[in-house]
Amino acid sequence: MRTIAFAVALALAAGLPAAAFAQDEGPSTAEVDAVIEAAFPGLDEEWAARLAPDETMEQCNASANVPSDAVFEEIRARAAGTIVYPDDGVLVGSWENGEKLAQSGYGMRFSDYPPRRENGGNCYACHQLTPQEVSYGTLGPSLMGYGKLRDYSEEAVKAAYEKVYNPHMAFPCSMMPRFGTNGVLTIDQIKDIVALLMDPASPVNR
Amino acid sequence: MQKLMTRKISTVALAGALAAGLALAAAAPPAGAQTDEETQRGLERFRQMLREDPWANPALLDADRGELLWTTAAGPKNATLEDCDLGLGPGVVDGAFAQLPRYFEDAGRVMDVETRILWCMQELQGVDVAAYVKRPHPSGGQPVKDVGAIATWVANRSEGEPFAPVLDDAAGRATVAMGEALFNRRSGPFDFSCATCHSASGQRIRLQELPHLSQPEEAQVAIAEWPAYRVSSTHVMTMQHRMYDCYWQMRMPQLEMGSEASVALIAYLVDKAAGGEIAAPGIKR
Repeated sequence: MRTIAFAVALALAAGLPAAAFAQDEGPSTAEVDAVIEAAFPGLDEEWAARLAPDETMEQCNASANVPSDAVFEEIRARAAGTIVYPDDGVLVGSWENGEKLAQSGYGMRFSDYPPRRENGGNCYACHQLTPQEVSYGTLGPSLMGYGKLRDYSEEAVKAAYEKVYNPHMAFPCSMMPRFGTNGVLTIDQIKDIVALLMDPASPVNR
Repeated sequence: MQKLMTRKISTVALAGALAAGLALAAAAPPAGAQTDEETQRGLERFRQMLREDPWANPALLDADRGELLWTTAAGPKNATLEDCDLGLGPGVVDGAFAQLPRYFEDAGRVMDVETRILWCMQELQGVDVAAYVKRPHPSGGQPVKDVGAIATWVANRSEGEPFAPVLDDAAGRATVAMGEALFNRRSGPFDFSCATCHSASGQRIRLQELPHLSQPEEAQVAIAEWPAYRVSSTHVMTMQHRMYDCYWQMRMPQLEMGSEASVALIAYLVDKAAGGEIAAPGIKR
């Protein structure tokens, strides 16, 4: 009897899924993963990889996107380590192309293969950017006047590049995709989106 | 029968009106002269007009087709679906949708309406459902497939009733809990989960408003209309198709129809919508 109690205490201390002990606590991560794998049968390796959250997503999922202070710092540091900067150090590309990328939601859906054009950033799905585009979403904050409000400073340009590349460096467990880290956009495309935000000539700032 | 005839005439009339509307649209000023906001308002007016005439919904044509499929012998066993038990006993259709998803003893699992119809096709008619599950949803402009047509009819036969899914047993609770976990689970190249877009009120993608699906009041309104005629794709879209389409948008692979995950997500959503009045088939964007 004592042995069983001890084993239970040990298992609890080891952080075994609560579902093993209380029925209404919800499924364990392993149970959820198994249900997800069964729901998407017959995948090749590349597609199967999409089913598995990486370390950062595991931490965000486990904390309902509100990580503890320690995990917050861990995610921030990991994100910073993923960012690749252009060789020549120039972070601002063409705002005209950035606007096209902001409009396009193309890419990486299962109907988008083989690719018929470049991936988009789909910024307008969630953000207000230029005053001319009235069809914008509100899941993210308005970015109208983004560069102007930041005096077009060099630090703000770098921060904008990093936020598009991997938003978890600034906002751990952000809802925004990691466009650079996850290979959605290229470095040149990210530079174009930075231009849309930070170029004084961009309609975002006029 | 009288009702059926009236409905058919009315939907045919609507098809004519739609064609006339399209011709008008073709003669209208070129695209770009209209702002997206105006287009959006126009679409909303169109949807409103469809709602004002209860027989104007093109989805009712599919419901009629679904009824015919239910009562017509088919499959290797040359049987109808009239003995299918949707939860209230063999052949009882009225009110059955309102109590789905629920646990089915014979299948040993919780099922939503489409998964159950598929199961009945397999058991009663001997249909190879694996072949059906390979391409279960219509592409744009194509009519909803057979299971969806039957589901549209079955759902319509619970119209006006409150959602009362039977999910308070152990299997039901476990399924809802699984659905909640899946709803919040982020993965894939965009790091999206269902909750990315559906966990706050009053938010939009572009101009499309997003329901806050873990809020009963908003879930009741959003879930009540499925299966629904979708104006933008000109066909009926079912709840299984809706889940599949969300995963497509989330950059995930193709969600298998009838999978445990698909049923769990639907169970979670219908559980949130419990008490809401069923208005299926509805009209969506």
